[in-house]
Amino acid sequence: MTFLTYLISGLALGSVYAIIALGYTMVYGIAKMLNFAHGDIIMAGGYAAFYAYTRFGLPAGISILLSILTCTVLGVIIERLAYKPLRQASSLSVLITAIGVSYFLQNSAQLLFGSDTKIFPSILTEGSLRFFDGKLIVSYLTLITILTCIVIMIGLTLFINKTKIGKAMRACAEDKEAAQLMGINIDTTISITFAIGSGLAAIAAILLCSTYPSLSPSLGSMPGIKAFTAAVFGGIGSIPGALLGGILLGIIENLTKAYISTQLSDAIVFAVLIIVLLIKPTGLLGKKENVKV
Amino acid sequence: MKKVFVVLLSVLCVLTLAGCGKSDNGGGNDTGDGTVTVKLGGSGPLSGDAKVYGEAVRNAAQIAVDEINASDSRIKFDFRMEDDEADGEKAYNAYSTLYDWGMQVSLLTVTSGAGAAVAASYDEDKIFAITPSGSSTALVYTDSKNFKGNFQMCFTDPNQGVASADYLASYFGGYKVAVIYKSDDVYSAGVYEKFTAEAEAKGVSVVYVGAFTDDTSTDFSTQLTAAKDCNANLVYLPIYYQPASLILKQAFDMAYAPIFFGIDGMDGILTLEGFDTSLAEGVYLLTPFAADAEDALTKNFVTTYQNKFGDTPNQFAADAYDCVYAIKQALENMGYDGKMSSEELYDAMIAQFTSMTFDGVTGNNMTWAENGEVSKAPKAVIIIDGVYVSAE
Amino acid sequence: MKKKFKDLLHHKYRSRTISFALIIGAYVIIEILMHSIRLSRLFTGMLVPCCCYIILALSLNLVVGFSGELSLGHAGFMAIGAFTAIIVSGLSTKMIPDTTIRLVLSILSGSVLSGIMGLLISVPVLKLSGDYLAIVTLAFGQIIKSLITNIYLGFDSDGIQFSFVTNELNLEQGKMLLSGPMGATDTAKISNFSSGILLIVLTLYIIYSLIDSKYGRAIMAARDDRIAAESIGINILRSKTLAFVVSAILAGAAGALYALNYSTLQPAKFDFNTSILALVYVVFGGLGNINGTILATTVLYILPELLRSLQDYRMLIYAIVLIIVMQLGSSVRLKRYIEQIKNRFTKKGVTQ
Repeated sequence: MTFLTYLISGLALGSVYAIIALGYTMVYGIAKMLNFAHGDIIMAGGYAAFYAYTRFGLPAGISILLSILTCTVLGVIIERLAYKPLRQASSLSVLITAIGVSYFLQNSAQLLFGSDTKIFPSILTEGSLRFFDGKLIVSYLTLITILTCIVIMIGLTLFINKTKIGKAMRACAEDKEAAQLMGINIDTTISITFAIGSGLAAIAAILLCSTYPSLSPSLGSMPGIKAFTAAVFGGIGSIPGALLGGILLGIIENLTKAYISTQLSDAIVFAVLIIVLLIKPTGLLGKKENVKV
Repeated sequence: MKKVFVVLLSVLCVLTLAGCGKSDNGGGNDTGDGTVTVKLGGSGPLSGDAKVYGEAVRNAAQIAVDEINASDSRIKFDFRMEDDEADGEKAYNAYSTLYDWGMQVSLLTVTSGAGAAVAASYDEDKIFAITPSGSSTALVYTDSKNFKGNFQMCFTDPNQGVASADYLASYFGGYKVAVIYKSDDVYSAGVYEKFTAEAEAKGVSVVYVGAFTDDTSTDFSTQLTAAKDCNANLVYLPIYYQPASLILKQAFDMAYAPIFFGIDGMDGILTLEGFDTSLAEGVYLLTPFAADAEDALTKNFVTTYQNKFGDTPNQFAADAYDCVYAIKQALENMGYDGKMSSEELYDAMIAQFTSMTFDGVTGNNMTWAENGEVSKAPKAVIIIDGVYVSAE
Repeated sequence: MKKKFKDLLHHKYRSRTISFALIIGAYVIIEILMHSIRLSRLFTGMLVPCCCYIILALSLNLVVGFSGELSLGHAGFMAIGAFTAIIVSGLSTKMIPDTTIRLVLSILSGSVLSGIMGLLISVPVLKLSGDYLAIVTLAFGQIIKSLITNIYLGFDSDGIQFSFVTNELNLEQGKMLLSGPMGATDTAKISNFSSGILLIVLTLYIIYSLIDSKYGRAIMAARDDRIAAESIGINILRSKTLAFVVSAILAGAAGALYALNYSTLQPAKFDFNTSILALVYVVFGGLGNINGTILATTVLYILPELLRSLQDYRMLIYAIVLIIVMQLGSSVRLKRYIEQIKNRFTKKGVTQ
């Protein structure tokens, strides 16, 4: 029974990682860049929802929408101002810029919102389901998180495979120049990718902050790194991979803490990651790319 | 072209820094009207994750300095706080900046890790320092050396661990105790270590120990489930209030309701914006400072702080406020006139601190031992209806 | 083989002549200043850490710039070097009273151990490529930090005592060298500016020798076109392993020098952010550009200190500078503009 409890809380943690990882993977797949500022967009989403709900007293639904809107706009602005001029530059210059953006967002948040932790309100739901005379408790939040995660994955897959924009995205991911020759507007496609990725970050923010309700300017950095790990774990660029990677990472982390050591859980999680990558060098569901001469 | 620019830029940077050394740390400014100004320095995290602590200290110290400078006190302060990002290397740079400025007396650092890196420098340069919140013993003495001029306003970590274990032994005799601490944090690990040793000696039954680190400080369900499984009915939390608030929430969600017992880092939990204070109902904590105490001193401090900065001061702020007043008291007692050399001032400050008693917002009749540790009574309080109530 | 002075200015060697001239020139000027006027404490205090970061950035440039592999865990090697040096220096204090010999011994052992770790890590790391490689280096960096955070090590009359995860040491009249998250306290400060400069010169010598060797050419060939290099029979793995291990050794030396410059050091210092910081230095200086790395490290290390007067806006400005410089560096328009200026200058030179 205890094992089941551990498993379920791992699943909840993993689902949050998975949603963040989906945003990571999308941007990576299409723009071929590691967006280290992704975690900080989550932070921005958290603050947006917090201010809308607690400070301005808006209803929950509108607060969530406002948060998604804020993140989407922020994501597009960042892409336009910071990343777009670097389209031709080396991937490392883009990486450093992303780190700069991450520092910028964190420090701005400290100046704007103050450095003290704020407690995120229960914006979604409270209460829980009880099984086996209360020995196993599953909160509604956990269920919502897992469900949202699955819905987003299916939605994204359909969007990418069935719609025109989705097709354009896949074309960009495959070969930017060829896509351009086919009449696809690369800049718009990348902007849309960032908009979707950042919108997902807002949803992740709501779920993350509802489950772990503490809001601080550095809120996004650790989940950001974990989600990056999860995305690579599942095979970066692959949407089902991000989901699988995120959920596995969450479960491994929780089971390690439960049965091996709480002090060494980070070390063990990363060791598992290394072993997996040694067996499958492109992640669990990653495509093996053949380099043409 | 670019190269020339970069070379010029770096030369410029270097030259700006090189500057000239400081003149003298000695004589304060005698302004002619009988007052004397003392240069008070200090460093703390003013950017980065730990900014909240550095800010609290800076704000509270500034209030104390403003109050003193506005009063008819003969001693005035010129206060300067530098950013050290809670990092040893940056703390040394901050210390150097303050040294070049001519700092005479210091608040040392806000955090333990940063403070340990500069503690020896204060000792070598003979600058008197008292830290508001750096609770590790490494700030005041090491195995081989006692930093004579370094003092503490807060309890040391070992003292808190011992005090908590003693308290649990005498008031919660038959309880099964679980501990959740932050293993990569100097403060938390320091308290935990002494607590375990003392708990063992006093016969407190510790049934579960769970740790977390900076990288795993969001999800506590595993530790709580394990504690629940071991039938622990008291959870000891030697951690800061931010992760503690998450632990309280997650315990509530899983219908686990043991007694939670915190230390001074728990102070601040009630004033967290958006925190549901009913979750903290019945939480015990050992703290020297309670923001809602009724004495005039505390009331004045808390109202000024709230008016000026909008939030309620925590124990970091309270300790910093006391530090400035304690320094003022020592300077007055020795009759400081600005004519002493820096070395004389240093020796006189040490003589004052080891002999005087001080009353402040974090306790009455405080005294300091030769090794720099403060002696004041930790108060056990329990949170009832969202306020601290004395637990004795 | 002796080079004539004229050869030193030959375009092939010019950049390395500049490197050595830069370092030695800076050393001589600073030494003269130190003995003639009283320099600010901030300035003298930043000399050694600046040397350490230069060595760290140079070592990372070997992997990122020359091998073309993104490493996100270089702080881990620095940590190994640092804590090994602290232990060696702490244990040998009584045996070797001479600080110079002890410093050399500590740095040597720090870099050797870091090199061994580098060799072990390179086996899995170099099997991967691209971002998978980057994430594995990140993972190793985190593992190393996490392990060191759990080590308790001390010595007393009974000898060396060690415990892992929980502190079970009971020392009698002994000394703790490493105490978990608190790290090392009470370390003797034996690093100095001269040793830092000497180490940089040594680093430069090692890196230039490696680049000039057949391994160095193999590494760069593999970076530019892996398949072409492999098809002409270059053993890429061996060359890359060599570069990775040398880089680990140098990062370990940087860590050792760093550790012995402060009386305390915590494992948390060597986290992901420090690895990223080193990467920022390298990219700022230009991939594979050694002189650029040295200058960029110096400027970027000093910059936050110069911004102190901005108080709370300090790190915000730093972030903005980071973004803007990256934009300028890759801006096509700016490049064209610089090109024009250059042309004008060279034209003038011709007409005169």
